[in-house]
Amino acid sequence: MVTIPAESRKSAHIRLTLNAEPVEVSFVPYKTLLEVLREDLGHTGTKHGCELGECGACAVLVDDKPVLSCLLLALECDGRNVLTVEGLASNGMLHPLQEAFANLGAAQCGYCTPAILVTAKALLDENPSPTRDQIRQALSGNLCRCTGYLQIFEAVEEAVMKIAEQKKISGRAV
Amino acid sequence: MMRLPLFDFRTPRTIKEAALILDSEGSSAMPLAGGTDLLANMKRRQQVPRTLMSLRHIQDLNDIRWDSSVARFGACVTLASLANDCRLRSGFAALSQAASQVATPPIRNMATLGGNLCLDTRCNYYDQNYEWRKAINFCLKKDGDTCWVAPGSSKCMAVSSTDTGPALIVLGARVRLVSRSGEREISVADLYNNDGMNYIKRRPDEILAEVIVDSLGGWRSTYWKLRRRGSFDFPVLSVAAAIRSDSQGKVGEARIVVGSAASQPLVAAEAENFLKGRSLGSETIAEAATLAARIAKPLDNTDFDMSWRKKVAAGFVTCALRELRGDDVRAERESITRCAFPNRLLELQ
Amino acid sequence: MAESEKPSNPTADCRNACQDDLRVIGVPRRRVDARAKVTGQTRFADDVTFPRMAYCKLLRSPHAHARIRKIDTSRALAYPGVYLVLTGKDVPIEYGILPVSQDEQALCVDHVRHVGDPLAAVIAREELTAFEALDLIDVEYEILPPICDPEDALANPEPRIHAYGEEGNIHKRVSLAFGEVEQGFAEADEVFEDIFFYQGNTHLPIEQHAAVAIKDPDGKLTIWSSTQTPHYLHRALAKVLEMPPAHIRVIATPNGGGFGGKSDPFQHEIVVAKAALLLDRPVKICLTREEVFYCHRGRHPVLMKFKTGVKNDGTITGIHLQTLIDGGAYGSYGVASTFYTGALQTTTYHVPRYRFEGCRTFTNKPPCGPKRGHGTVQPRFGQEVQLDKIAEKLSLDPALLRLRIVESSDTVTANFLRLGTVNLAECIRRVVERSGWNEKFRKLPEGRGVGLACSAYLTGAGLPIYWNKMPHSGVQLKLDRGGGVTVFCGSSEIGQGSDDVLASIVAEILGLDTFDIRIYTGDTDLGPVDLGSYSSRVTLMAGNAAIQAAERARDLLSTAVAERWTVPKERLRFADKHVFDSAAPEKSVTFAEAVSLAEARLGTIGTVGSYTPPESPAHYKGGGVGPSPTYSYSAAVVEVVVNPLTGWLNIPTIWIAHDIGRALNPELARGQVIGSVYMGLGEALMEEQKFRRLPKKLSHALVHKFPSMLEYKSPTSLDMPDVVVDLIEEPDPRGPYGAKEVGQGPLLPIMPAVANAVYDAVGVRIDEVPVTPEKIVKALAEKKAGRFPRFGPSHFPQIEWPEPLRVPPPWEGGDGNAVNKPARQKKPPTQRENVLTS
Repeated sequence: MVTIPAESRKSAHIRLTLNAEPVEVSFVPYKTLLEVLREDLGHTGTKHGCELGECGACAVLVDDKPVLSCLLLALECDGRNVLTVEGLASNGMLHPLQEAFANLGAAQCGYCTPAILVTAKALLDENPSPTRDQIRQALSGNLCRCTGYLQIFEAVEEAVMKIAEQKKISGRAV
Repeated sequence: MMRLPLFDFRTPRTIKEAALILDSEGSSAMPLAGGTDLLANMKRRQQVPRTLMSLRHIQDLNDIRWDSSVARFGACVTLASLANDCRLRSGFAALSQAASQVATPPIRNMATLGGNLCLDTRCNYYDQNYEWRKAINFCLKKDGDTCWVAPGSSKCMAVSSTDTGPALIVLGARVRLVSRSGEREISVADLYNNDGMNYIKRRPDEILAEVIVDSLGGWRSTYWKLRRRGSFDFPVLSVAAAIRSDSQGKVGEARIVVGSAASQPLVAAEAENFLKGRSLGSETIAEAATLAARIAKPLDNTDFDMSWRKKVAAGFVTCALRELRGDDVRAERESITRCAFPNRLLELQ
Repeated sequence: MAESEKPSNPTADCRNACQDDLRVIGVPRRRVDARAKVTGQTRFADDVTFPRMAYCKLLRSPHAHARIRKIDTSRALAYPGVYLVLTGKDVPIEYGILPVSQDEQALCVDHVRHVGDPLAAVIAREELTAFEALDLIDVEYEILPPICDPEDALANPEPRIHAYGEEGNIHKRVSLAFGEVEQGFAEADEVFEDIFFYQGNTHLPIEQHAAVAIKDPDGKLTIWSSTQTPHYLHRALAKVLEMPPAHIRVIATPNGGGFGGKSDPFQHEIVVAKAALLLDRPVKICLTREEVFYCHRGRHPVLMKFKTGVKNDGTITGIHLQTLIDGGAYGSYGVASTFYTGALQTTTYHVPRYRFEGCRTFTNKPPCGPKRGHGTVQPRFGQEVQLDKIAEKLSLDPALLRLRIVESSDTVTANFLRLGTVNLAECIRRVVERSGWNEKFRKLPEGRGVGLACSAYLTGAGLPIYWNKMPHSGVQLKLDRGGGVTVFCGSSEIGQGSDDVLASIVAEILGLDTFDIRIYTGDTDLGPVDLGSYSSRVTLMAGNAAIQAAERARDLLSTAVAERWTVPKERLRFADKHVFDSAAPEKSVTFAEAVSLAEARLGTIGTVGSYTPPESPAHYKGGGVGPSPTYSYSAAVVEVVVNPLTGWLNIPTIWIAHDIGRALNPELARGQVIGSVYMGLGEALMEEQKFRRLPKKLSHALVHKFPSMLEYKSPTSLDMPDVVVDLIEEPDPRGPYGAKEVGQGPLLPIMPAVANAVYDAVGVRIDEVPVTPEKIVKALAEKKAGRFPRFGPSHFPQIEWPEPLRVPPPWEGGDGNAVNKPARQKKPPTQRENVLTS
């Protein structure tokens, strides 16, 4: 079990774009993106429930796709674009998904929420008007023990409408 | 939080460079593709490679190439890109369905075709944390000397749990394995051994570089996966089937593979032969299903009772063959996959 | 788009609105802590970090049952990066959640009782180092044969898992008789006897338990932990660390799901506290998922025997219930759980005579404890499935049968539970109507069916866990001259929305917006004691305490404003952040001005409120479990589609009606109902805490079959049916604004409704939870073979029950006291000594 004595552990270093900001970070090389985000970059919004890919609580977007940060070596993230829950709001405004989740009871304990929010964002970026079935599918890698999912689906649908309205308004403005 | 053990990290840029690394490091090095299987196993200390060799930077491994007569899938193509590729919907349906049912959406964004083919065999006694395995004094597959599934057995009974393996076998696919000393192609049907430990014929110094499928003109294929939940779970039974009809509309050639019922995907040769030259009447399908199900020998090392897994195998093959015959089996599929968008399920009934 | 939390301005419309209208209560609202949750800013225990923080890992027993002969930690201590290694002798004092079962040690000293029982701890600079060093601790064990299940425990008094309890490996035996049940059976037209089994399962909060402890700058201890019960943790820490409670501060961080699984004081909490004190540096632990399975405290596996007498019209003449309970390796809440398996049978339907016998055994598995519906879920399954059988035998519609026999409001039951409002009949009528029950029941095609079941649940345990006469919940309010209101309460937010309950009540009474209220909860230094987030007690108890504190504050403000205006203070109204004269609505001051006036007149403004439940009429021994200020009621209809060949089960829709009294925040209340349905569905279909005993000839191992999120099956978004929720709102005067509980009750009817629906669909009885395809197929095979179409347990073992405590029910003149004093069987002391020296 004991692999290499602790004193021989070296440090690794990567640059990445985190929530639209360039960052550099040094870390012990065995760490996954999850650990580096939480422990070395102070971004504790990303959670963990198993660290084995069995719950989905650690999902983040890497290059716009939802992936599990617990099974991605931070070493593999050099030069990549990472979005976490901390990067969803912009200019002091919550993302419509965040608004809808907050208003419609889609977050109970809130622990699986960050991963579900970024996963839903990836879905809406790709498919601005998903059906209930498509939402179910897209979120089928995120376990939630509190809500029974239904209010999460409703919140995603609410956000879909809000985003569409916003687009209409901004379209008219142009 | 579970932590990975320490490792050296290598990032070759070409297959050749990767082959050199594997050659020099021996079996203590392991290729890292999507990481969804290997890193979890490392956290549980089931696999503790001294060196991890990332395949991410080898561009050749990430391509899908379509020639007129062959399709070539780089080993690092993700399961999500296979699942989303419209070109796979017809003849390659089995592959598309298999890829789209692996684990969960975020895992499919990471996991690769090569990784799923090389997926370590699974077992309830093996896929456990170090501490748990210590509590059973380990098992034959790792650090122990007893196979707890079959304590008298000298062979490890861990289960082949790849979804794409059975699908690719019925598509007649082969893989290209590259090592320092050269390369070879073997069919996916020949890639596996019925041995939970020594389950794959890829040598430690070889890189599984590519999956090659010859033209599938005239073939229809499908993949059925049984598991408890609509996502996350590995198959506890799977059936891949492909059929090419002859000019009279009878079965010209049939391929049926039963997955997750042994340490390797099982080719149902008897059923395949039986179908040849017959039309897919209900009795024929029932007989073929019985023949195919007979080879499934599930053991008590996955989810569900083994006797139930055995019992439902014939029904599962039936569904696959009925689908290939052209029956509307959406209700059955959605019920089983739990993508049973509930209201639709009722409509269909 | 602007965030919808910006303050609103009072308008003329508001001023003219009816002053008694509720403006906050009952309005679907964004919960107060929602923004933190959707921005990832909620600070869970593992999000708490400090400079110089060290990591702790626990060495856990690989043996189900063993004596510790020797522990040598020297190699681990010498490992580079390791700061400290602790063993049992560093924290030997026994503790436990219940005063009657102080049977746990933070690190086992000489006896490990299940795989995963911790016996040593390593604290190191890095978590990986601590993990690696665990393997360097050398332990010599003397392996003992494991006790695998209750029947094993009954058959094998030795080796004893604990030196206390009834005898051998029996932890607790209870026997209660409310009237002569045999007479009830004699009067019955039909007597039904059924045996049911309910498999154990676990909470599986997505957040793994975590704790961080520091030695304060002033030398005291502070611990942040994902606990539902900071007060009980506070007490346990004081006991084990031998420190004055005043020197310990427990901060319950918001829990990433609790469901009862974080209600005990845990070993890891005590260990990091001890380590932080010794090292004088912050120490963190976050359990792995496997370790969470070892903490467990989940649903007890229960074997039950129900004997029920009924008249031909469905009237129940008597129930005799026996339960055999697999407790696991420690007491935990087990004594209470044992009583709970027999407590609530009388709360839904009128039961004139009732006899209950329960037996909890110790086994070498992680300890069971309270999970959502604590102890009442298992017998509710049995009772509701048996009622379905009774209805069929009597040729009655199961809904009609239940409507005939539902208990009425303000009743005192046979076992002296005083019920509050009972709107179960309305719940039944609502789900019958909504689901189209009358068109579906026994009318759907083969393979499809509907099932109905009902339940009741406590709105808060009527008694505290340790005997005392103090309030169960306290709330303190601080009013600031700037208009700010701060609520301090010991309650812990586990996702259920308890902070929102406090904010909404205070906002309602003081005429504010919930966003104006600051909430400090779960901190033993800041807030008055609240006993914790368990037994669905917080809305009612902390809510009532908040009402008292807020009304007192309103009174102080009214006094000052009324004096200034020289009007009677009864005329003042608080709304829209203003205080109005109801007789002259144009006359108003802002809330902040009102506070300033009060502060000038009366000094600093702060108030307190507290709540103590009413005394229970149950005065007999054991009567402490079951009483509650009031009870919630639920009825559910489940529709199933069963494949008759494979037993494969799909559930398209569930209809549920819940008698909530009043929904303080309907959005959250609905979420609690759906969440309960979800968890119930997981239990009904797939969740199992299963164990494996390796072949005895080859191994002593008794291990959790699959302590992982992958193999412990929690339903995914694809497995969740549509749920139609109806909240039945008739305010109960005992609850704040009439509110009753909603977090647990709606779980209870789901499992029996599923089993009943399977019977309607394919005509087989699955008298066991979970209801799996395998079991359906086996029962279908029985049916096909012409045998009884059933899957379930066939026998209930012989248990030597003690003489029952006889308590005549109210209608037989009983006063809640027992009329006899059964002799307690004492075992010769030699057996105990045996255990300690063997």
